[in-house]
Amino acid sequence: MAEVVLQNLNKNFDEVYAVKDVNLSIQDKEFMVLVGPSGCGKTTTLRMVAGLESISSGRILIDTKVINDLSPMDRDIAMVFQNYALYPHMSVYDNMAFGLKMRKLDRADIARRVQDAAEILGIEALLARKPRQLSGGQRQRVALGRAIVRHPRVFLFDEPLSNLDAKLRVQMRVELKKLHDRLGTTAIYVTHDQVEAMTLGDRVVVMKDGLVQQVGEPLELYNEPANRFVAGFLGSPAMNFAMVGVRDNAGALWAEDDGIRIKVPGQIAGRLGRYSGQQVTMGIRPEDLHVAGADDPAELTFDAAVEVVEKLGSEILLDVAVGKNTMVASVEPDIRVNVRDRLRLALNPERLHFFDAASEAVI
Amino acid sequence: MIEGATWRRWVFFYVPLTSFIVLLLFPFYWMVITTLRPDRELYRPWNSANYNPFWTWHPTLSHIKDLLTQTLFTTWLLNTMIIALSATAISLFCGLLAGYALSRLKFPFAGLLGTAIFITYLVPQTLLFIPLADIIRNFHLGDSPWALILTYPTFLIPFCTWLMMGYFKSIPKELEECARIDGAARWKAMLYIIFPIAVPGILSAGIFAFTLSWNEFLYALVFLSSPGEKTVPVGVTSELIRGDVFYWGELMAGALLGSIPVAFVYSFFVEHYVASVTGSVKG
Amino acid sequence: MTFTTAAAPRAYVSAPRRGPLTRLLEDERWLALVLLLPTVVLLGLFIAYPFVKGVMLSVTDAKVGVPGHFVGLQNFKDVWNDSIFRVAVWNTCVYTFAATVIKLALGLWLAVLLNQHFRGKAITRAFILLPFIVPTVLSTLAWKWMFDPTFSVINWVLFHLDLIHSRINWLGDPNLALISVIIVNIWRGLPFYAITLLAGLQTISPELHEAAAIDGARAWQRFRHVTWPLLLPVTLVVTLFSVIQTFADFQLVYVLTGGGPANATQLFATYAYQIGIGTGLLSQGATISLAVFPVLLLVVIVQLFYIRRVETH
Repeated sequence: MAEVVLQNLNKNFDEVYAVKDVNLSIQDKEFMVLVGPSGCGKTTTLRMVAGLESISSGRILIDTKVINDLSPMDRDIAMVFQNYALYPHMSVYDNMAFGLKMRKLDRADIARRVQDAAEILGIEALLARKPRQLSGGQRQRVALGRAIVRHPRVFLFDEPLSNLDAKLRVQMRVELKKLHDRLGTTAIYVTHDQVEAMTLGDRVVVMKDGLVQQVGEPLELYNEPANRFVAGFLGSPAMNFAMVGVRDNAGALWAEDDGIRIKVPGQIAGRLGRYSGQQVTMGIRPEDLHVAGADDPAELTFDAAVEVVEKLGSEILLDVAVGKNTMVASVEPDIRVNVRDRLRLALNPERLHFFDAASEAVI
Repeated sequence: MIEGATWRRWVFFYVPLTSFIVLLLFPFYWMVITTLRPDRELYRPWNSANYNPFWTWHPTLSHIKDLLTQTLFTTWLLNTMIIALSATAISLFCGLLAGYALSRLKFPFAGLLGTAIFITYLVPQTLLFIPLADIIRNFHLGDSPWALILTYPTFLIPFCTWLMMGYFKSIPKELEECARIDGAARWKAMLYIIFPIAVPGILSAGIFAFTLSWNEFLYALVFLSSPGEKTVPVGVTSELIRGDVFYWGELMAGALLGSIPVAFVYSFFVEHYVASVTGSVKG
Repeated sequence: MTFTTAAAPRAYVSAPRRGPLTRLLEDERWLALVLLLPTVVLLGLFIAYPFVKGVMLSVTDAKVGVPGHFVGLQNFKDVWNDSIFRVAVWNTCVYTFAATVIKLALGLWLAVLLNQHFRGKAITRAFILLPFIVPTVLSTLAWKWMFDPTFSVINWVLFHLDLIHSRINWLGDPNLALISVIIVNIWRGLPFYAITLLAGLQTISPELHEAAAIDGARAWQRFRHVTWPLLLPVTLVVTLFSVIQTFADFQLVYVLTGGGPANATQLFATYAYQIGIGTGLLSQGATISLAVFPVLLLVVIVQLFYIRRVETH
């Protein structure tokens, strides 16, 4: 059992508040991802769990035991760093054996464990080499090997894939997922990449400016974002936003802006009612826009002027101007569109989001 | 480098460069030649005819032999070696630890302490030697190698500290953090991870410290009095002059042999040495 | 507590028990204290303490074997009225100024030469440093021999080049002695300047020179507007360090002339030695030594000021 609980965790560096009142409960065997832009506090939080940063206030518990005052060496955790942090003067074997030597295991035991870990990661052939003789991907594996060889209670990952090239990153992502399935150790993973967050996390924590924005399963965050930041952060290309005015017209609510006149569908209209006469932020994802066909009701469509056509093969991304807004639509790859075309786009009404203009919370 | 006619290259480059090299190295050549010349050739007035001071056809090892057998030179050599090695060891030890503390740890007054150590580097021996002589006497360390082994670090440690600080700063802190998470206490992470990586820096600092110790004169002159305790610089300048007579053959032999160990050590580690000299200045 | 599960073999390795010393050293501040202790003790004992003692000595009338009584600033008055001390002030200032300026100029020239590409560059650079590496007194002895009134090789060369007809008494002529000593100081210090300035030059990207050349600047202008400003920081540090060392120089003069002839080469250091150790007048010797302090203070202040400026940029 290795569950990690963060209670009212705060961290400030003099006047700068890096982590504000974070409460998180990570289950045993869970792969929890902390994601957010630089400076959001995710790395600081991770380092507090590791014991590398002191805790300003709040508590961290591992398996119901408060570990605030424990040194990193006594927390029974392992960490994989962005720059791998392999000891350059030691061989791969010694790198992996170091932690075990520090815990005074005997040689045979150490040899067995290093061998096991090396097999899992496919690096048996590299054991005698030094880090400078390895490629980026190999170094990453050694860093992983060093972590798993100790059978820690929790794995901590600090943007481990950021230094790898794109292709290797995708490959390692898959391997990490497989590794986690196999080992089942609780893991906390920090990244700024929302793709990694969506694909790797059992649950995802989105952070901004030291505060937790939302916690939940990836799809939950994707489909039901709690605020505009989460909505815009997850998903690529990002969700389209437009400031619209809410108008009550003959019992139905309309969202209006220059070039946009959308009838708000039933369920949302109930919640949007009290914003009548005010401005709110409307959000719709690119993949929820399509070229309007005959059976698309007019009140769910709008005019768009095509500015850029990006053909990806699997889809076409259209950068369009809608009144004074710009949006991105993701449409079928076989549609024939040219720059400066004018077309009518329709949206999927069940995928509309509205956010309060001031608080940015979802309505 | 701007290209030009060959004669320009000669005038503006080769001639000046060669002049510099000749002027800088000539005294050493003179040392060597004097050592190997027999006495009758040495003592010829400067304006006597028919004599070429730059070469000898009758080289002799008698000066060297006399130096080694009839003076305490070998004792001095041993003394200097022991003192230089010991002082270097102490300074490296202190410098390593202090350098690590100042560059990797956060604690109150860190900046102040760093500055203070830096300032002591600038304090010249001539400011301190008189009161120090008194202190050495009071500690009963006078006329023993300990007087030097304990006082040389005063100008060696600041430099070693400074050099090691620069070196440590270039080692990423993730290495220590990882070691601590792996199970090492702070001091173990320092000892098993950081120090081994800093070995090239330790070498540079050690060589520089060794040459500085060997070179030191004032403290050795003031604190040591018995001929048997002296170091090479002091011994050669004081003991090889009997009355008012300078035995130049032996003196130059002493100067030559006294310089060789340092030059030897230096030759193996030129790059490191240059790195520490320039590093100390670039700070 | 070690247990394995059937599904995935995992063994929790419990952390070893920690002794009180280990726990103490985990704290950054205690560890720093322990690590800095040997250095602070050594430097305190053999630099701070003697410095304080030196100041105290200078306000007493202590001699060797005779503890002194407080005499206030009497020593300073005596020393200032001492004509030899005044000569030493003059000599030291001239010595430092002349040597530093020439070392800087020649060092710069040599550095520029060494910055070119030529075969044997590395070896040359290695050999160039020898005057600085070799123990000063030993190489100074060689110079003493080279300057010897009767057997000087320099005189031989000048004679055979028809430049002189009677001997030059380099070290014995009161008018020449200081110049001779300055020459040896320049010889010894030049490599240090050259090598550090060379390192500074090497950090200046050649593209800057090429751009300036394309803009029409000639060699001297390039030097003045591109090289010199970028070299200024290194030059400053080297010069400051060298100034304090030269101002407090002892070895060179001691071996070459001992301060003579007739105090023509007497410097603070040699005079302090003569008075303090030679004649045993500790307190007065200490007072003379302290003459070096104002310059040291100036150098330290400038250095600190400069470091602060660099750090805030």
